[in-house]
Amino acid sequence: MDRIPVLKLGDALLVTVQVDMHDRLAAALEEDLTGRIAATGAKGVLIDISSLEIVDSFIGRMLDTIAAVSRMLDADTVVVGMRPAVAITLVELGLELRGVRTALNVERGMALIGRRSDAGRGGDDGGGDRDGPAAEDIDDDGG
Amino acid sequence: MAQNGSGSVAQAVAAHQDEIFSEWLALQMESGALRSGRIKEAELRTQCRAFLEVLREGLAEGGTDADAPVFGRAKEMLTEVSRSRGMQGFTPTETAAFVFSLKRPMFNALNRAIEAAASEGGGAVRAASAATARYTWDVTLLLDQLGLHTMEVFLKTREEVIARQGREISELSTPVVKLWDGVLALPLIGTLDSERTQVVMENLLQTIVDQSAEIAIIDITGVPTVDTLTAQHLLKTVAAARLMGADCIVSGIRPQIAQTMVHLGVELDVTSKATLADAFRVALTRIGRAVVKAPRVEAPAAGRR
Repeated sequence: MDRIPVLKLGDALLVTVQVDMHDRLAAALEEDLTGRIAATGAKGVLIDISSLEIVDSFIGRMLDTIAAVSRMLDADTVVVGMRPAVAITLVELGLELRGVRTALNVERGMALIGRRSDAGRGGDDGGGDRDGPAAEDIDDDGG
Repeated sequence: MAQNGSGSVAQAVAAHQDEIFSEWLALQMESGALRSGRIKEAELRTQCRAFLEVLREGLAEGGTDADAPVFGRAKEMLTEVSRSRGMQGFTPTETAAFVFSLKRPMFNALNRAIEAAASEGGGAVRAASAATARYTWDVTLLLDQLGLHTMEVFLKTREEVIARQGREISELSTPVVKLWDGVLALPLIGTLDSERTQVVMENLLQTIVDQSAEIAIIDITGVPTVDTLTAQHLLKTVAAARLMGADCIVSGIRPQIAQTMVHLGVELDVTSKATLADAFRVALTRIGRAVVKAPRVEAPAAGRR
């Protein structure tokens, strides 16, 4: 049976979905990925779905599950490169994937994970609070 | 002269075709068919001549019933004329006048034919005058039906034009503009219904991909009312953009709208700012840019630009 390769890239795991996902493939990926996170102690999981053209509720839920499981294993999941049509479909299906972080492409996704692990090293909780003190600075300037 | 009605009408039209044509054309010109400048005289002349030809053929082949298949070509021609006039922006009266102004020339031709028949023999006068009423009725009926057909096509064409304009407006009114590298703005104007939201959403998502934008500002200053449905549409757009990896900021919520939304129990679970400027400021900080003061540079004088 086909399997989707899981690549280790520093602190992160990179999964590139190049084929259309069928249910068994998705289930296998979930299992593989969980095993690899536990084995490598990865801090981030990057799932590139830029070649994925068809998505159904099962795949959507699988993404959510992977995110939840990785979170439990202390890894962030970032889904990158979702196509507009796929995004619209997922929203119409009611799957907003609230537990999943997203980025436009792999580069940005890696940056997101990198930022998180940097923050982790610095003892910060690394939450996505991107408009913290800087925003206030500018407000002061403007006022 | 004991012929059936249609035969006589056909004969009359065939015999006086040229007179009918010139009279008809003169009548149309008189009523200002060319005044608007939308149609040239030569074009009108061609249309009239061709229509008169198929009408004569129809009459010659059978009856004065406009629904008969022999008038199929006449109707086709009217459809074409009416459609082109509908597109060119003719008024309904102008379009209908094309057919209805044919009445008088036709009646005149009939009269002439009947007078000619009457002058042939003294006994035929009574019969001819009796026939006049019947022929008149036949011709009136035929032309009225054709006129109605013209109007139907005309209205249909106008409706198509309106529908097309509606589509164009909905596309025009949803531009996605780039404010900065990676920052898009979507100024929404007008009511948000499901169909428009779909167009807006697709536009926005595609532009996010094309420009690899990180932040999209949805400005709803131009949205007159926000009800639960509109809010839901907005949230869907925001959710879809987030799935693609872009953040959304909603701006331009007017005070009254904010109040209404709270009263309705609608909650926009996104970053929202009062004005587009505020939203842009937030966007800039998120992408790590700042606006700083610099010495003023005057715009070059108009002559030197």
